[in-house]
Amino acid sequence: MGAFIASRWADIAFRMYQHASLVAQSVLLAAVIAVALAVVVTSVPRLEPIANAISTIGLTIPSFALLGLFIPLFGIGTTTSVAVVTFYAALPILRNAVVGLLGVDRALLESARGMGMKPLAIFLRVQLPLAWPVILTGLRVSTQMSMGVAAIAAYVLGPGLGSYIFTGLAQIGGRNALNYAVVGTVGVVVVALIADAVLALIGRLTISKGIRA
Amino acid sequence: MSTDSTANARGSEIVFTDVVKQYPGQTEPAVDHLSLGIDAGEFVTFVGPSGCGKTTSLKMINRLIEPTSGTITIDGQDTRELDADTLRRRIGYVIQGGGLFPHMTVAGNIAVVPNLLKWDKKRIRRRTDELLELVGLDPAVYRDRYPRELSGGQQQRVGVARGLAADPPVMLMDEPFGAVDPITRSRLQDELLDVQSKLHKTIVCVTHDIDEAIKLGDRICVMADHGRIAQYDTASEILANPADDFVADFTGSGSALKQLALEKVSSIRLEPAVLVHVGDPVPDVLELARRHDTDQVIVLDADEAIVDWYWTINLRGPVVRARPGRQPILLDEDSSLDTVLDALVTSLHEGAIIVDDHEHFLGIATFDEVTAHVRRVNAAPGAIGDFDAGRTHQAPAPDAPAHGQERP
Repeated sequence: MGAFIASRWADIAFRMYQHASLVAQSVLLAAVIAVALAVVVTSVPRLEPIANAISTIGLTIPSFALLGLFIPLFGIGTTTSVAVVTFYAALPILRNAVVGLLGVDRALLESARGMGMKPLAIFLRVQLPLAWPVILTGLRVSTQMSMGVAAIAAYVLGPGLGSYIFTGLAQIGGRNALNYAVVGTVGVVVVALIADAVLALIGRLTISKGIRA
Repeated sequence: MSTDSTANARGSEIVFTDVVKQYPGQTEPAVDHLSLGIDAGEFVTFVGPSGCGKTTSLKMINRLIEPTSGTITIDGQDTRELDADTLRRRIGYVIQGGGLFPHMTVAGNIAVVPNLLKWDKKRIRRRTDELLELVGLDPAVYRDRYPRELSGGQQQRVGVARGLAADPPVMLMDEPFGAVDPITRSRLQDELLDVQSKLHKTIVCVTHDIDEAIKLGDRICVMADHGRIAQYDTASEILANPADDFVADFTGSGSALKQLALEKVSSIRLEPAVLVHVGDPVPDVLELARRHDTDQVIVLDADEAIVDWYWTINLRGPVVRARPGRQPILLDEDSSLDTVLDALVTSLHEGAIIVDDHEHFLGIATFDEVTAHVRRVNAAPGAIGDFDAGRTHQAPAPDAPAHGQERP
């Protein structure tokens, strides 16, 4: 195991970086899409149950199946990986964003309006900051989940540590099969822990002291 | 202090003309042809049962709710001629509990409207500190706190400060003190009145609490339903002469007592007394009292301080003495009649001695005079149990507001 890592550490580090990068970019994209959707959903009350149903049902779709569905659209490679990870990442964020935005006291929003704040300012300066802790929790859940999904997305030759895991599985009984699988898996866990720590730090920096738990 | 931050915009006149608010899908309008004038610098309370349209009426002033028809003008200008946000930045808005943004500090909350108006940082800072002082919070202590670190009463104070931040001529308050305990509420009401006596804003305050409406309002608008004005008048008129059964029911059975809180000692007749000093010979004192046609004697010590109070028949011995532990209650002219009554009931004295700012004797407020005043005020034409107003009262104080009797 030691020799395995020593001989490949540069490749492992690069794949960890790729994995993190894939997840970070997909989660970021997912967050923008999900928050935008949540704004639409929360402004039309009838859409809320629909959004909840989509996020619940969406999470039950096996990621392998979704890869299969996306290959005809995006082909083999990074694009499909990003699409799949983004799709899954968006669901918990959407749910939390809807809950978070609806959880902001209506009286505060009306108070903001009564002081002459414009709708965009009310959203950016009152509603979003107050919903942010809940949205950020969604982001953390989403990031953890995406680490696993990103590994599976390597099946379509996407980047990251997933290919180590698939290599290990393909070579069962081979000399390095276990090494590949263990390094791939532990690598994903390490990246996930680092990502969670980073998000926790972002929370400390971006959640107002006035509403921090 | 610089002039720009202390400059104080006085109130504006607000006029409702035939204002209707009809919500879609409802058969009856929420507010039906409301016409109402609020003078510049006046504190008006809207009071009524829930669903009477008082909050809707309030929110139509800053167009949080747009009227269906009719006009509302502020200093003669139709509110619809202005951009809604521009209008709202000129109108302070205070809601229940203060409505503070929990993610902003106290200073941040107060600075919301000044920031929207693009004031520079120094001016905002100065204004914030000034307002915190105005509402009785030490800026150094509270400026950087978050709302959750404040008590309910403190949050409400910051809410008022925020409403006043950009020095608006008009301030709207929606059930401002509904979320605090009764003692704090009473203190906040006193503070608000104190602030208003300095600033002279036009304040419109919605409440469902008739006592709050009476205490705060220069005039009170009692609303029945659909914004129909049951009565719009001063507190003492509403209590003494309710326009109809609805108003009478709403003000409640304790209205005579509520009225006492509104009336000053100066509105009742004070009984005279003679002033004598400790050590004066009793026969001389009795003679003096007889000549002044009074049977009450106020005893002063060598420093002219009031130390005792006698009925003439209780004077014994050769010279006047001050009895230990008999220090009479002293109240000033601005005391309200309920204070007098309270002092009388708790002290078991028959009267309270009214003094001026220099503790010079003015007269004695007696229990009989206070109760006679209540009867006189309530003896309005048409009122049930019409007492003979003149019988108990020969000599009303010259500038006593003569509620009741002079009505047609």
